[in-house]
Amino acid sequence: MNMRTVKSEQIASAVEKLCIQSCLDLPKDVLDALQKAEKKESLDSAKKILNQLIENAKIAKEQKLPICQDTGLAVVFLRIGSQVKIEPQDQTISDAINKGVENGYEKGNLRKSVVAEPLNARKNTQTNTPAVIHTEIIPGDKIHITVMAKGGGCENKSRFKMFLPTDDREKIIDWVTQTAAQAGANACPPFVIGVGIGGDFEQCCLLSKKALLRNLNSQNTDPFYGQMEKDILQKINSLGIGPSGLGGDTTALAVSIETAPCHIASLPVAVNIECHAHRHSSIEI
Amino acid sequence: MKKITTPLTDEIIGSLGAGDEVAISGIVYTARDAAHKRLCQLIEQKKELPIPIEGSVIYFVGPTPAPPGKPIGSAGPTTSSRMDSFSPMLLAAGLKGMIGKGYRNDTVREALKKYKAVHFAALGGAGALLSQYIISAEVVAYEDLGTEAIRKLEIKDFPATVAYDSTGGTVFKE
Ligand code: SF4
Repeated sequence: MNMRTVKSEQIASAVEKLCIQSCLDLPKDVLDALQKAEKKESLDSAKKILNQLIENAKIAKEQKLPICQDTGLAVVFLRIGSQVKIEPQDQTISDAINKGVENGYEKGNLRKSVVAEPLNARKNTQTNTPAVIHTEIIPGDKIHITVMAKGGGCENKSRFKMFLPTDDREKIIDWVTQTAAQAGANACPPFVIGVGIGGDFEQCCLLSKKALLRNLNSQNTDPFYGQMEKDILQKINSLGIGPSGLGGDTTALAVSIETAPCHIASLPVAVNIECHAHRHSSIEI
Repeated sequence: MKKITTPLTDEIIGSLGAGDEVAISGIVYTARDAAHKRLCQLIEQKKELPIPIEGSVIYFVGPTPAPPGKPIGSAGPTTSSRMDSFSPMLLAAGLKGMIGKGYRNDTVREALKKYKAVHFAALGGAGALLSQYIISAEVVAYEDLGTEAIRKLEIKDFPATVAYDSTGGTVFKE
């Protein structure tokens, strides 16, 4: 098998750029969704807030200021071709990614929001590392990297539940809707809702995060789940929470469901709540 | 839109009702979780606070570093409810206003009534926009906390909504 050599520096510099870009430049599908929601929104005060969010994205891009001061935990989705070799060999690809995150958060004037351990000293690492890295091996000699800057306020409102394998879709729709309701104003609505159904305990949670990476205009390719996405979105938007939690029709911009096979005894469901500052960027090396 | 200036007097507080849109000017102090914990420890130990608390407003924010030529980076509100267990003690000490995002619990709402104070909601996730209303920023305590240090901010016409007023009213659907 022919191996392709990629320098670890090249990966670090790509990740550095992705961190800065994702925090300053709201993806086009998210901006479009905010604009579409602003047109459709029936409550004037909610329209005004949506306009402020659009204005905020504009200022961020023009003045190179982060869209939100919580520039998040860097969640990195890495898909690496089986024919890729990293050089120098004493460095792992995780080292390269963390170097890139550290440089990106420093050079981009982004906030460092990571503590070294969770319960005792909670000391800030001052580098925003380590990143959370999810790796997948794919065929070929390319590397795909996606960086998501995930805020704490919305992540805190995410939930997981084991349903009974005999439970029906309505039960899940209700619970996902309730999850958005309990997130409310605290998680900066309008939300993007990532739903994982199936897999096991940890795979299900990862699916819900991966679901967030889908284009907001896309639907699950299985019509059953595509319809479920629409139904959940409609239910969440009838809650009346609205932008910033101050009322309105726009509580969520999109719902994405991703699924995986699971055990005969299980029906795990995870909801990853994402705020309107839905920041992610990708690159192929 | 009501224009108000800090420090907040009882008269200003009395004129504010839930849902009112305000433009806040003057000095406010930043504090998040870690700074709140330290402030409350000082109150418990009956020690002096590093900021004047009487009539003051605390903004729950951890800004991004200031880029060259700007007083502050992105500076939007963080989730208020994480400060719920600390706020009543600060209100008892004379704090008159807080700015954050999201809900407050019943204990805080009772304390707002008891001590005649208000809680403002600023637009969550609009840190770039809100930074435009901040004229200056200076770390005044707990520098070791980095973004969580207490900063003295001078703000001009900072937009917010009265989320909880001093009579028990709220803008949020109950
Ligand atoms: S929930 Fe999102 S928009 Fe709100 S403060 Fe956190 S990162 Fe920013």
